[in-house]
Amino acid sequence: MDWLDLLIRVALGLVVISVVMGVCMYSVLAERKVSAWIQGRVGPNRTSLPIIAAIPVVGRFLTRLGIFQPLADGGKFLFKEDVIPAHVNKIYFVLAPIIAFVPALVTISVVPFGQYFDAAGAVKTLILANVDVGLLFIFAFASLGVYALVLSGWASNSKYPFLGGVRASAQLVSYELAMGLAVLPVFIWINGPGASGSLSLVRIVEAQHNWWFVLTQPLSALVFVIALFAETNRLPFDMPESETDLVGGYHTEYSSFKFGFFFVGEYANMTVGACVITLVFFGGWHPLPGFDWIEVAGMTGWAWLATGIPGALIAFATFAAKVVFFLFFFIWVRWTVPRFRYDQVMSIGWRRLLPLAIANLIVCALGIAAIDRFL
Amino acid sequence: MSDAFFYIFATLTLASAILVVANRNAVNSAVFMIVSFLGMASLFVLLEAYFLAVIQVLVYAGAVIVLFLFIIMLLDVKGGDRQKFRPVTAIATLAAAALLFTGVGVLYQAPSLAVAPPADPGVGASLKDFGALLFTRYLLPMQVTGFLLLIAMIGVIVLSKRFDASKQGPTA
Repeated sequence: MDWLDLLIRVALGLVVISVVMGVCMYSVLAERKVSAWIQGRVGPNRTSLPIIAAIPVVGRFLTRLGIFQPLADGGKFLFKEDVIPAHVNKIYFVLAPIIAFVPALVTISVVPFGQYFDAAGAVKTLILANVDVGLLFIFAFASLGVYALVLSGWASNSKYPFLGGVRASAQLVSYELAMGLAVLPVFIWINGPGASGSLSLVRIVEAQHNWWFVLTQPLSALVFVIALFAETNRLPFDMPESETDLVGGYHTEYSSFKFGFFFVGEYANMTVGACVITLVFFGGWHPLPGFDWIEVAGMTGWAWLATGIPGALIAFATFAAKVVFFLFFFIWVRWTVPRFRYDQVMSIGWRRLLPLAIANLIVCALGIAAIDRFL
Repeated sequence: MSDAFFYIFATLTLASAILVVANRNAVNSAVFMIVSFLGMASLFVLLEAYFLAVIQVLVYAGAVIVLFLFIIMLLDVKGGDRQKFRPVTAIATLAAAALLFTGVGVLYQAPSLAVAPPADPGVGASLKDFGALLFTRYLLPMQVTGFLLLIAMIGVIVLSKRFDASKQGPTA
């Protein structure tokens, strides 16, 4: 690897990180706007930049849309006083927000964003690092994110954060099991007889060029989505935070920029989660289930659409549209479903979701074996 | 390059492993254990055993230590006083150390280690082959390991529940 190659990789990494950060910032805005819309309010509509707001129609429209609100929010986090309470364990108190944030950015490196044919007809994938164990890599690093909640809860050395931390550790470990079991049928399907073994996310998407896994294995998708809500601490599973009974849970004692890290970290995790659902169950960059549009385009003389820059753009746009939809879905559920009680969370995880995932695994394994044998 | 990484990660693993034992604070110990596991996963990556590395992070660093922390936080374990030194401890430590060094020595000199890695290059490269071998050639060791875990689990239940013969049913 020469220096130029390394430089390009670093630059690409920075681009991906900035895009993800941008998505996080605007997810916050979307959260506020969608919640306002659901509750019959207006939402943020005052923040504006001096010059742009002066443009006759567009400026007013953008201001009402709240498009500049994330800038104001970011500035607020930066300039507020950063309080470190006297009774905390300083090292873990400072470390925890960083841990909340870093795993999400690490996992995005193995997420493929699209695929296209280059001029020579070879398949190119838009991905930072095409790892053979892609999905497991994401699970592994996402599972480290729980330490942010546990350590911040413990280091804060006060009641509510502590309860939040204890809840987080139990909840996240419980739902990891169901989550892992839910994707096993997908792996069994991909690594069926005759296929070489791979856990790569690119291979998972390629296997869905015709039928998406959500259509062939709907139960796996359902279990996975529920477990994902629990793993990202989104309502109805936001036990560690639950502001109505724990004040703010694990981040009660945090202020200013450190709180901002927790805040953005949640949305970064959500973004990665939306990417993973899209890739594993909703066909990734394939626009419609049921037919392979690249094949159809090839037959009708539109093959140039799938090659080079147009191909990459279409694939990426399809993928991005699905990710945006799932981000909206996360927000939609949050403002629709009330929070579970803690015992309900445990009961759903261990007594409903886990048996369901195991039963689903057995049925899918038998089904795949039958298809392999008789068809 | 790879050698330098090996020394960095090996030092990290060993240093944090020592800190796990040396620390008075249980939470510090648990955190250093995570670091130690991450260092070990990095060593697996250097050996190109990516699957093992990921599983190491996923299972040990990501799940087992979370449960450790859960217990530490729930029971509010304090550093407490240093355990009184007992001669039995020293004897047990010496015996364990002797066993470990003999084992490593015997393994090091055993001819089986001198043999080159498996002839077919596909083994270990593909996850599917890894799984297939686990359930065919290495089925017995795997089942024995599973059985050991089962025994450990039953042992924990028996120890924590303290069954009393004079009473009906388990007492807490």
